[in-house]
Amino acid sequence: MSSAVHRDDIGSKIGMWLFIFTELLFFGGLFIVYSVYRFKNPVAFHLAAEELDVMIGTVNTVILLISSMTVAMSITAVQLGERKRAILLLSITVILALVFLVNKYFEWSSKIGHGIYPGSETLIELGTGEVLFFGLYFSMTGLHALHLLIGVTILIVMLAKVINSSVNTGYFVQLENSGLYWHLVDLIWIFLFPLFYLIS
Amino acid sequence: MSSNNLPEPSYLEYKGRFKGLFAWIFSTDHKRIGLLYLYSIMTFFIVGAILGLLMKFELIAPGKTIMDAKTYNGIFTLHGITMIFLIVIPGLPAVFGNFFLPILIGAKDVAFPRLNLLSWWIYIFGAVVALSSQFLGDGPPDTGWTFYAPYSFKTTTNMLPAVMGAFILGFSSILTGLNFIVTIHRMRAPGMTWLKMPLFPWTLYGTAWIQLLATPIVGITLLMIVAERTLQIGFFDPALGGDPVLYQHLFWIYSHPAVYIMILPAMGVISEILPTFARKPIFGYKAIVVSTILIAFIGYFVWGHHMFTAGMSGTAQFAFSFLTFLVAIPSAIKVFNWISTLYKGSIQLRTPFYWAASFIFVFMIGGLTGLVLGSVATNVHVHDTAFVVAHFHFIVFGGVGFAFLAALHYWFPKIYGRTFDEGMANTGWVIFFIGFLFLYFPMFILGLKGMPRRYFDYVQDFHGLNIVSSMGAVLMIFGFFLLFINLVRSARFGKPASKNPWGGPTLEWQIASPPTVENFDKIPKITKGPYDFTNVKPD
Ligand SMILES: [Cu+2]
Repeated sequence: MSSAVHRDDIGSKIGMWLFIFTELLFFGGLFIVYSVYRFKNPVAFHLAAEELDVMIGTVNTVILLISSMTVAMSITAVQLGERKRAILLLSITVILALVFLVNKYFEWSSKIGHGIYPGSETLIELGTGEVLFFGLYFSMTGLHALHLLIGVTILIVMLAKVINSSVNTGYFVQLENSGLYWHLVDLIWIFLFPLFYLIS
Repeated sequence: MSSNNLPEPSYLEYKGRFKGLFAWIFSTDHKRIGLLYLYSIMTFFIVGAILGLLMKFELIAPGKTIMDAKTYNGIFTLHGITMIFLIVIPGLPAVFGNFFLPILIGAKDVAFPRLNLLSWWIYIFGAVVALSSQFLGDGPPDTGWTFYAPYSFKTTTNMLPAVMGAFILGFSSILTGLNFIVTIHRMRAPGMTWLKMPLFPWTLYGTAWIQLLATPIVGITLLMIVAERTLQIGFFDPALGGDPVLYQHLFWIYSHPAVYIMILPAMGVISEILPTFARKPIFGYKAIVVSTILIAFIGYFVWGHHMFTAGMSGTAQFAFSFLTFLVAIPSAIKVFNWISTLYKGSIQLRTPFYWAASFIFVFMIGGLTGLVLGSVATNVHVHDTAFVVAHFHFIVFGGVGFAFLAALHYWFPKIYGRTFDEGMANTGWVIFFIGFLFLYFPMFILGLKGMPRRYFDYVQDFHGLNIVSSMGAVLMIFGFFLLFINLVRSARFGKPASKNPWGGPTLEWQIASPPTVENFDKIPKITKGPYDFTNVKPD
């Protein structure tokens, strides 16, 4: 309840970086589980990975990489005072994120359509290695998609703030932090993509 | 006092945007948030203590005494969840860290006051979710607080809310840690270099890093248990190719460092109190700082000592045992420093000192019996016996609990601006301390004799010592009741306290009791170390 408003942009950014560490460790737990079970079931993981569509995976990787670039450019645009360009770049980022989610939706529903989902009869018949692979696939990409959803919500809020100029050349640390979060979402996918799609 | 002669209102009286209860539960003032945590934690502690007492009543005689096995399982699970996740892990950082960290480093608040309030709300939300497990679904959880797989997803009891509650509470812990790290990096008063920072903030700093780096692992692990129960994901289910021992690894990767989340700030509190009552700078300030960092770091690599009997290679047993012995060294360094601080000091026997001194005593017993558990051969003998229960109660209740009560008595005059009745406080301490020893010490012997933990029943041979232990519990609760009533009464009716009733050297004793909303009229300039007693006198 201090009367003087305390502003410390560097402090905010340190806070965001610390939060990103915690997110990385959060996924880190699943990466540990992945490495243990891949070590134990190399053949099953190899075969199961062939079921995944490398094409969709690659497209989604490219989409996220471009979106990371556009969000970084939007920060520069805000710093330079080019509000209109920032709005355009942020909108592109949001659209790319939504395209990623649509792709993910089709990918998941085709798997589920073939009866491959945690706890399904078909999957259990395939064998324990496959059960673990797809368990990891669904939980890791699912958790990633959840983070992406949170990220896109934050970006939409940021877009609104750039539009009403409450994020501007003099105050843009919120946008920078949102950008950092978005890069995190991107980074995690960069690890997920080879681990699930490229090991076949 | 402000320059216009009108005293500024204290943080207790300050009128903000909201009135009544709302002025507290929506306050972003670090001191009010500290008290919110204090009251919530005290409430949960009373619940947890009653559950513990019920267990002791059950164990007063072999066979069914007051409850059946199923109820007993539910009660020790809830006792564990409440005590660990709701009280001991948040405990010292959330209450005294929130209240005194900014003051001790000469700041007006933490770095992110609104995030701080959010942490409390998340804490309350997590607590409600965790406790709802008792009332909803098919009966209370019965896995113990460790939620071991595969039982945690095979049992039909209401596990989900308990696991989700622990998950949510993790967020609160992470956000508090994050807030403290940024606060310590960015908000120290001018002139307060790292090595001029008092030791309680130093230990909070070490703790905050553990909160930040270890909690996410247990977070994701608990989510995996949720997924295991709801989706049959198979990670820990042997029938689906999973490995239950992997769960234990992931769980203890967090939960051993969590012990240091609990004990490091306790060590910080003791390092604040002893110099004040010895009227002498702390001995080996730098050694305490370095050992704090070492404990935080090495504590990360010892988790395997919880799993010596769970199936582990000889090499791994050796490594984990060795590292466990290694982490004991910095803790011992601290004990030596505390004792040396007292050496040739002019010791004043006041209530906080009694608590601090008894802390050292019980902490040493807890620490040394920890080494019995850390070496593989003895561990196998006492694994899952009452010995383990005695050991960790000496650490997390004897250590953290005593430090908590030490801190509460030490800072009470600052928090409420009133002094307490020392006679009654000391009586409460003596009874509590003796009760504590009678309650837990027999459990070491019972454990060595082979009494397993987590059973509502035991063979006739163990009867005598169990009676002693149960009587100790009653005595200890009575002592707690005395000191609790004393503090509640003194908070309302105690004599007004001066700025520096104990003669403490650190910054909190240079401001009003209770502090003003802004803590400091002017941010102080720091020129000397934290435990410099020149010109410091009790007033
Ligand atoms: Cu441990």
